[in-house]
Amino acid sequence: MTTIDTLTDNRQVSRKDAGRPRPLSDRSIDPPKDAAARGARTNSAPRTASKAGNGTAGRSAWLPYLLPVTLVALWQLGSSTGLISDRIMPAPLAVFAAFWERLLSGELATNVAVSGARALAGLLIGGSIGFLLGIANGVSKFFEQLTDTTLQMLRTIPHLAMIPLVILWFGIGEEAKLFLTSLGVLFPIYLNTYHGVRNVDRDLIEMGRIYGMSGWSLFRKVIFPGALPSIFVGLRYALGIMWLTLIVSESIAANSGIGYMANTAREFMMTDVVVLSLVIYAFLGKLADVIARALERRALAWNVAYQG
Amino acid sequence: MPIGPYQSPLALISDSETDHHHQALPETPAVAQAAAPAGLRLRGIDKRFGDNHVLKGIDLDVPVGQFVAIVGKSGCGKSTLLRLLVGLDEPTGGEISFYGEGGDTIEPNARIVFQEPRLLPWISVADNVAVGLGDGVSRQTGRQEAQRALAAVQLSEKAGDWPSKLSGGQRQRVALARALVSRPGLLALDEPLGALDALTRLGMQELVTDVWRELGFTAVLVTHDVGEAVHLADRVIVLDEGRISLDLEISQSRPRRHGDPVLAELEGKLLDTILGKA
Ligand SMILES: Nc1ncnc2c1ncn2[C@@H]1O[C@H](COP(=O)(O)OP(=O)(O)O)[C@@H](O)[C@H]1O
Ligand SMILES: [Mg+2]
Repeated sequence: MTTIDTLTDNRQVSRKDAGRPRPLSDRSIDPPKDAAARGARTNSAPRTASKAGNGTAGRSAWLPYLLPVTLVALWQLGSSTGLISDRIMPAPLAVFAAFWERLLSGELATNVAVSGARALAGLLIGGSIGFLLGIANGVSKFFEQLTDTTLQMLRTIPHLAMIPLVILWFGIGEEAKLFLTSLGVLFPIYLNTYHGVRNVDRDLIEMGRIYGMSGWSLFRKVIFPGALPSIFVGLRYALGIMWLTLIVSESIAANSGIGYMANTAREFMMTDVVVLSLVIYAFLGKLADVIARALERRALAWNVAYQG
Repeated sequence: MPIGPYQSPLALISDSETDHHHQALPETPAVAQAAAPAGLRLRGIDKRFGDNHVLKGIDLDVPVGQFVAIVGKSGCGKSTLLRLLVGLDEPTGGEISFYGEGGDTIEPNARIVFQEPRLLPWISVADNVAVGLGDGVSRQTGRQEAQRALAAVQLSEKAGDWPSKLSGGQRQRVALARALVSRPGLLALDEPLGALDALTRLGMQELVTDVWRELGFTAVLVTHDVGEAVHLADRVIVLDEGRISLDLEISQSRPRRHGDPVLAELEGKLLDTILGKA
């Protein structure tokens, strides 16, 4: 890898502090909110406060759930008293009943598995391409000059705007969904990986060279770990886009999956199943984020911003 | 003038960072034998960065095992010179060569410590030290050697910690251990204590002196603290606009006391030269 030395030329890149990187994306989706929230928590008062007083520690366990539980209770009350028509919004209990019924029939498991597999396949393909491009362009001036401008142009196209074209290319089969999901996750992972690699502390790279590292060992010991916080930001960002893309593409055309379940339910005016689909999407999205965060905490245990 | 019995400045400090029972590196190295200490011979060293003529024909001989300090105004080319010595950069003119005790030309095992410790935050303290052994060493040997080097800088108990858990002085000691673990023949130090508070710095000065006396490498220390230069070095060189403007022998025996009047006199002389009052 002769090309890593482009990194050492660029001494003007400012040295980064040990804190969290900021997500890079031009998309209009909210950045991972809890990243900011958690960052704030590590720097400021609430954390010490909850350690100091015993009462506040207990409260912090249930307080976050107070609002959602109250809202669901009010919703149920409104439905039961007929204030909310179940043509518009089914009662929470009805949604739960729909959940239970489909759980027992196995329909739910099948659809979740199908959607999950689509999401994962898209993430793997698009994520790998984005990751490899990010590494190559971060490390090599040649690759950067060859591809970065093109990628920067492509990423300004909202990938969902390509749906008509994608349907013409692939029809409405699995390929179309896979293509869209891959395309959606590619750019955030590319951008953040590239950014992460470019911002690895130049002094550390020089240190690595002094101690005889080069090529692969320099990459493995210095560049990749240094870029990892930023890569994780890209991953978590990409997960949001992954589900979004899947929801949209499954509701355009599918004969299995959660989006399909929701669409057929709509045709039969089964609002309970439609709402159930939304809840499942939310749950899967949260689950993916929790897993990513657990991985992040493990991999970045050395970084004070992720400790505790 | 009689000089009182030597009193370690460390004895006055209760800071845990600076306990004064130094444990030197054991004599039996498991990896590479100690590299032969390297003498330096610089002839007409020139360095330009574009139009910026930083070093203007430096001639310098540093005998094997000597401790040299380089002082001078900020921007006078001290770091540049040091980087040339350890091969981080090439001179635009002149020649640098290294020789061993017998006068024969050798390849020096040169190491450098910077003002910032430059530790890898994602590996443990011991693994950071093992980085100093290079890539071709087994994990187990690496660990063993790292432990020895950490013992020499009195940080054995921190071996398994993340660098982020350490204080600034402790991190700098880890950087020192990393530089020493391969038993260099030449150690370059670029303001290594510049970022430390005054008391920690005193402790580190003793530590640097101790490992130097124990291991016998040739040391080149760049510092902006003239007192530090006089306290540590056999010889102080003043660099001024890319030339050596003063080359001063410090023959005072060790251990040296802070506030020693002979050293204070030399310090004053050096400061006059640097500030252009001589
Ligand atoms: N890599 C570099 N590229 C261009 N100029 C440099 C470089 N390194 C140092 N210089 C210049 O060389 C001069 C001496 O710098 P340096 O050796 O760092 O001084 P100091 O004595 O403070 O350590 C300065 O004018 C600095 O701007
Ligand atoms: Mg300097």
